[in-house]
Amino acid sequence: MQFAKQKILIGCSMLILILSAAWIWISIPTPGSTTQGQIQAPQVGFAAPDFTLETYEGQTYALSEFRGKPVLVNFWASWCPPCRSEMPAMQRVYEDFEEEGFIVLAINSTNQDNIGEALSFGQDRQLSFPILLDRTGSVSSLYEIRSLPASYFIDPEGIIQDVVIGGPMSEALLRIRVEEMLEGKS
Amino acid sequence: MFPTLQVGPLSIQVPGLVLLLGLWLGLTVSERRSRQRGENPNYLYTLLLITLLAGFLGARLSYAVTYPDAFSANLLSLISLNPGLLDLSAGIYIAAGAATIFIYRKKLPLWSTLDSITPILAILAIALGVSHLASGSAFGKPTGLPFGIQLWGAVRHPTQIYEIILGCLVFTVIWLIDKTTWSQIPGNFFLTFIALTALSRLFLEAYRGDSFLFANGIRSAQLYAWILLAICLLVIVVRNWKQPSTEEAAS
Repeated sequence: MQFAKQKILIGCSMLILILSAAWIWISIPTPGSTTQGQIQAPQVGFAAPDFTLETYEGQTYALSEFRGKPVLVNFWASWCPPCRSEMPAMQRVYEDFEEEGFIVLAINSTNQDNIGEALSFGQDRQLSFPILLDRTGSVSSLYEIRSLPASYFIDPEGIIQDVVIGGPMSEALLRIRVEEMLEGKS
Repeated sequence: MFPTLQVGPLSIQVPGLVLLLGLWLGLTVSERRSRQRGENPNYLYTLLLITLLAGFLGARLSYAVTYPDAFSANLLSLISLNPGLLDLSAGIYIAAGAATIFIYRKKLPLWSTLDSITPILAILAIALGVSHLASGSAFGKPTGLPFGIQLWGAVRHPTQIYEIILGCLVFTVIWLIDKTTWSQIPGNFFLTFIALTALSRLFLEAYRGDSFLFANGIRSAQLYAWILLAICLLVIVVRNWKQPSTEEAAS
């Protein structure tokens, strides 16, 4: 009786392993069945949705014009304490890697911020990267922003490599992500 | 998808919150199971605390060792709560090592202890599915099926919901098994859970749209799940080979 049970146990185990191996083989994806990198979506592995915004001075920036460079897109507002806290670290990392082509696009959620306070914050902190004004909230909507800050690390191929929702981001995290994107390790 | 919950100025990460709730619920269920079996559940809390602490510290230190320049430029980053600064695989190895040392030093029976923590793992597996649903990660491949969900620019298999359903099924099966003679042999309860979880991952992965593929197109998670399944089944067969059946043991 005991022997019979053992035989059933071994038989069932073998059957499960053979069937599951067959399932692995059957489920090998056909080329193009995964859409990462092809579709624009605000998620890791997808192409970063393109946008065009202006600074307060009227200078226009489009994300697509920075293809070939690592980009950090950061959504922020002047009333948001973690947004304010992480800006100095972003500025230091930007200064350190600017010559290597690193770009920071700080998108101010102007539709829910006071433009005067946002600009004076940028001047007080001597932020040298462009502060883009999302006056209608259309880019925040495109990136499905539900809370601030939100940061998207976009590699030179235009693919999102990391998304950090909330903050403040630590300086080490910023440095590591930028180095990874520059080295093509991400 | 609800990756964050805005409560006044606070932005709460829903996936993390769901995992914490799962951990608490799992611990409660495990404690109740241990009490029903006449075991002392107190060591479960210590074991869990040591495992989590060792895992977190190990993951952070391993990350800092990998990127010493970035951390030396800003030492405060060592205590940052940012989960992006964790080496997950190193954290898992160190947590497992710490748990093993605790079990060995307290002279706890290995297989019975693993059986005791199984409900925690089973409920965490369901919570993981819910956290994936909240964040929109672990998403499915595009589908034309009527129950597909619009996500990341396409109608996709709702793999996060499949994951929750499979987790609930596995939990139900092990809950039923726990009442049978099968789980009276120490380790069978835990090994059955791991085998079923590996099997469900192997099935689920076929519908994922974010799989890492080997050069021959095989999904890496499926291969690892198959290897884990094979090891579990082998250990089950070997451990039950010379075990007398419960009826025989009783007579």
